[in-house]
Amino acid sequence: MAKRKHAFSLLLASIFLSFSLLLVACSDDGSSDETASSDDTEDTASSAEEGDSTLDTVKERGNLVLGGNNQLPGFGYVNEDGDYEGFDIDFGRAIAAAIFDDPSAIEVRPLSADERFTALQTGEVDVLIRNTTWTTTRDTDLGTHFAPTTFYDGQGLMVRKDSGITSVEDLEGATIGVETGTTTELNLADQFRKLGIEYEQQVFDDSDALVAAYEQGSVDAWTTDKSGLVSRQATLSDPEAHVILDETLSKEPLGPTVRQGDDQWFNIVKWITFATMEAEELGITSENVDDFLDSDNPVVRRLLGDEGELGAMLGLPNDFAYRVIKHVGNYGEIYNRHLGPDTVFGLERGVNSLWTEGGLLYSPPFR
Amino acid sequence: MKTNMETGTNLPTSSPPKSTIGILGWLKQNLFNNWYNSILTILSVLVLYFALKGTLTWVFTTAQWDIVADNFRLFMVGQFPVEEIWRIWLALSLVSLLFGLSAGIWRGTNLHLSVVLMGIYLIHILASFTSVNTKMWLGINIAILVVSFFTGPRIPKHKVVTILGWFLAFPITIFLVNGFGVLPEVSTNLWGGLLLTLLISIIAIVFAFPIGILLALGRTSKLPIIRYFCIFFIEFVRGIPLITVLFMAMLLLPLFLPEGIEINNVLRVMVACTLFTSAYMAENVRGGLQSIPNGQYEAAKAIGLNPIQSMTFIIMPQALRAVIPAIVGQSISMFKDTSLVAIVGLADILGIAQAVKSNPDYLGRIMEAYLFVALAYWVIAYSMSYASRRLEKQLGVGER
Repeated sequence: MAKRKHAFSLLLASIFLSFSLLLVACSDDGSSDETASSDDTEDTASSAEEGDSTLDTVKERGNLVLGGNNQLPGFGYVNEDGDYEGFDIDFGRAIAAAIFDDPSAIEVRPLSADERFTALQTGEVDVLIRNTTWTTTRDTDLGTHFAPTTFYDGQGLMVRKDSGITSVEDLEGATIGVETGTTTELNLADQFRKLGIEYEQQVFDDSDALVAAYEQGSVDAWTTDKSGLVSRQATLSDPEAHVILDETLSKEPLGPTVRQGDDQWFNIVKWITFATMEAEELGITSENVDDFLDSDNPVVRRLLGDEGELGAMLGLPNDFAYRVIKHVGNYGEIYNRHLGPDTVFGLERGVNSLWTEGGLLYSPPFR
Repeated sequence: MKTNMETGTNLPTSSPPKSTIGILGWLKQNLFNNWYNSILTILSVLVLYFALKGTLTWVFTTAQWDIVADNFRLFMVGQFPVEEIWRIWLALSLVSLLFGLSAGIWRGTNLHLSVVLMGIYLIHILASFTSVNTKMWLGINIAILVVSFFTGPRIPKHKVVTILGWFLAFPITIFLVNGFGVLPEVSTNLWGGLLLTLLISIIAIVFAFPIGILLALGRTSKLPIIRYFCIFFIEFVRGIPLITVLFMAMLLLPLFLPEGIEINNVLRVMVACTLFTSAYMAENVRGGLQSIPNGQYEAAKAIGLNPIQSMTFIIMPQALRAVIPAIVGQSISMFKDTSLVAIVGLADILGIAQAVKSNPDYLGRIMEAYLFVALAYWVIAYSMSYASRRLEKQLGVGER
């Protein structure tokens, strides 16, 4: 009997061992594949055309699968009719409009913050536009490419007007509320340590609890991205009684992301995003774009595809920018539709203005 | 009274003193029978008053329920395409029909549950925010419920038909919701709201039951490989929380799968929930098996039944009967646990609440949405536990 028991435990151990070996083998396979493919593309830009390119997959499927957020006011949410709406979603619609001439040819796959990069790497989504900050680690280690930043955000602080706090230095000894597990928590610690300010931190699991605590007065200030602060200010019982400090604690460039290994697709997403900015610079909107079709300006003609083969070089129809502008609009239109003065947020353009107006949006020339 | 008896005279019986009968009497006896109880009563009433006042004032004046009213369809079926929504109504009609039939045939619990269903339909018909189309479908459902209740017992072989209907209802519903190419296919990405919550929990419960029985039998098996595999699986799953299983399904599984093979995320969650529940189900069933005295096994052997027969006809029926409360409890907790899928990005009823509260039109109304979700969970979970209590009584569980 004892001998048999011994045999069983050996058997069990071997099952364990083989199972774990299997897991290790699987994960090894995954990572080596990944590095191999990314190496390939860095060496030869044409390798994407050999395999099944993302563009072909998207065309075959008939719609674009967009990894998005469905819980961020202004950027991605579900409206009463069950459709996705928002600033980030509209950039996905722009890609769909360029490929299919139909901005509704997208399927939004809501992703959690943890899940987003896995979903992108495994090809579950074609493009990730989910308020994702561009960082070195994400650009290299996570195997993603960042298309141009569509929204320059930064971390800010909100305080009560009557508290007399006007700058970060005044927050000495204050209690500051922050969401746990976010980069904002780390940024706050970094910045205050740099300035040598003592403060007490109170962490919250979600933003609703944080805002409620702030309104009840159990924290003196709270911090998150400035766009988030502005959108939340509108919902406070007395928005006028609060103020957002001018200082910005961190840089948060948010933009579309694609996986490495398909440079054609990366270029497509990149230049569609640039097209919305270029269109605003040239004053082309969804309403007047048809008037520009017979323009004499060669810059406009190239952008709209009347001249040159810019679209074909990307693997798109030559009038892709026309489609984007016609269906979705230029950058300014997208911004105003979701975040601008007519919305509850009333967010100033600030650094998200064109370079001609002192902002950071700068499209390379279309030629 | 006492004096009357002692003296033995037939005085006219007088009613007891007013202080001992009626509401006042009850109050005096139960709430104010001595000084400290009186103080406790007054304190509790005060606390209750302020708590209720706050709650009710908020519910009826401060709260803005339009977030629920305007997004009601989303809460119920998520982003299911409007033009295909008749399929869900059809599935619901089938459920109504079966409820009506069962209520007509067996009365009892089925009747009570049907009345609850009818009540829910009526509330939604009367509610101002439901569309005409919805009201029409609800009316049809009520009609089906009533008609099937009265005609049910007159249908030939009604019991067989109804039980068969319940078994078929599940695959038919899945077919209607998905379409499988016969009807236009609705991608699982669009399944949401209460529909998704119910689908995940029903699938988890329905599939976990047979898997759980097999695992329980495997764990008591004499074959070592089967036994150790079952023990390993059960103890492994029981040793980790559901949320880690879900994270594993969402984050790790896609990385392990060979390129080109993609398992749909809703399916992944359904499989994860099923496997998780089955481990618990197995332990429940094993508890039932252990409660069966050895004499039953021996008796089965003595009348010449082979192991499979004795398991099917003698042991299992008794074992399962003994663990009905545990199994129902597990089902209810699975139903509530489905809310965790909102964390991994699915739009179940809780996930929809989170998506809807991000609509700029309803910013800051999260309490209303969450309360509504809680109410929906409570109604369903309570109905389930009520049904199980009645079932226990009918089967006489715990009375022997």
